[in-house]
Amino acid sequence: MSPEELIQRRVALELHPGTLVNLGIGLPTGVSRYVPASSGILFQSENGIVGMGSPPPEGMEDEFLTDAGGSFVTAVPGAATVDSTLSFGLIRGGHLDATVLGGLQVDELGRLANWMVPGKMVPGMGGAMDLVTGANRVIVAMQHTARGNPKIVPACTLPLTSVRRVTLIVTDLAVIEPTDDGLVLRERAPGVSIETIQAATAAALIIPPNVPEMPIETTAA
Amino acid sequence: MKQALSPAAAAAMIPDGAVLMIGGFMGVGTPNRIIDALVAAGRRDLTVIANDTARPNIGIGKLVAAGLLSRVITSHIGLNPQTQKGMIDGTIQVELVPQGTLAERIRAAGFGLGGVLTKTGLGTRAAEGQRIIEIDGVEWLYAPPLRADFALIHADKADYNRNLAYQLTATNFNPVMAMAADTVICEPREILPVGMIPPDAVTTPGVIVDHLIERAA
Repeated sequence: MSPEELIQRRVALELHPGTLVNLGIGLPTGVSRYVPASSGILFQSENGIVGMGSPPPEGMEDEFLTDAGGSFVTAVPGAATVDSTLSFGLIRGGHLDATVLGGLQVDELGRLANWMVPGKMVPGMGGAMDLVTGANRVIVAMQHTARGNPKIVPACTLPLTSVRRVTLIVTDLAVIEPTDDGLVLRERAPGVSIETIQAATAAALIIPPNVPEMPIETTAA
Repeated sequence: MKQALSPAAAAAMIPDGAVLMIGGFMGVGTPNRIIDALVAAGRRDLTVIANDTARPNIGIGKLVAAGLLSRVITSHIGLNPQTQKGMIDGTIQVELVPQGTLAERIRAAGFGLGGVLTKTGLGTRAAEGQRIIEIDGVEWLYAPPLRADFALIHADKADYNRNLAYQLTATNFNPVMAMAADTVICEPREILPVGMIPPDAVTTPGVIVDHLIERAA
């Protein structure tokens, strides 16, 4: 199983049946593959759809039905399309149960930086600041390190996306929950030791007496 | 009934230095024929208020590529390296605004409100130089209204009275922008006789739309 698939499968377990969820572009998009249709979860895309479906068959795309990255999508039965003000009303107004986003850094206060690298990458925040500030739960889905460098750090050095504390961090090594006391290590990836996780983490981690493996079966893949 | 305009006639109404709102999200729901006419007319020093600047040579990206923009107020330029280069070189002044805040700033102008208060951006670079207002001990970021000289929008259907209906994710910023500009020009996918769009399906009443672009040849 690839690190991405492990992260996506673990994040999928966090989503609540019958709720509205926004998946960011990239790694988070793939979470939907591991969410059964019977869950009743509706995916929102901030460009204005509630109930986004998988990509259409080639040659059958609708030029007016896309995701926030501009890629063609479908609408599930029962979907609704809305304008940008209503779309962000859903996000800020407490109607979005969870947002899943990638991250560049998360710090000991649980603050996320994921929208710019000064001098290198200034794409703009798009909807990320609204999503992280407004969603009921914020789940960061990312690789634990970038080119060997820890992404979970004592304090973000990159510009923050929001000062709001994220709900959960899911990586290819661990599940970490930011709390009032600091970052608590909740789960290990299958076969990964606590020492390995600590070595790949620059921030201080609180280690409970029992840190179980993620409830993901990896042997099949 | 008001005569529909050619894209060239619409572009001729827009002077150098105009402030434009342009609908669309990554080029989806953008009035492309008006943009082509602006490029052909070589309008300069334009300010564009839009969700994003699309990709090079798609939608608003064509205005960037032609060097017609001096200022952009937008939420995302990540898929258009030409806008990023213009920002770094200083040829385009880029103001980055969180997407939901951008929508609400436009709505505030169009709905006669003095701005909105939001949590989005508090404590981040988006709050730099902005006013923070404390009400009953709670801090809010103040987002002022945002108006334009022209709104250039796309719709799925228009009728002869300029009532507009939108389609799927091509809706995005188009309806709210129609409320926030002195002159509203719409490029619909099709134009229908009055009555063909049922009242409940009209999202933007024609009374606020100034001009339609004629059907494509």
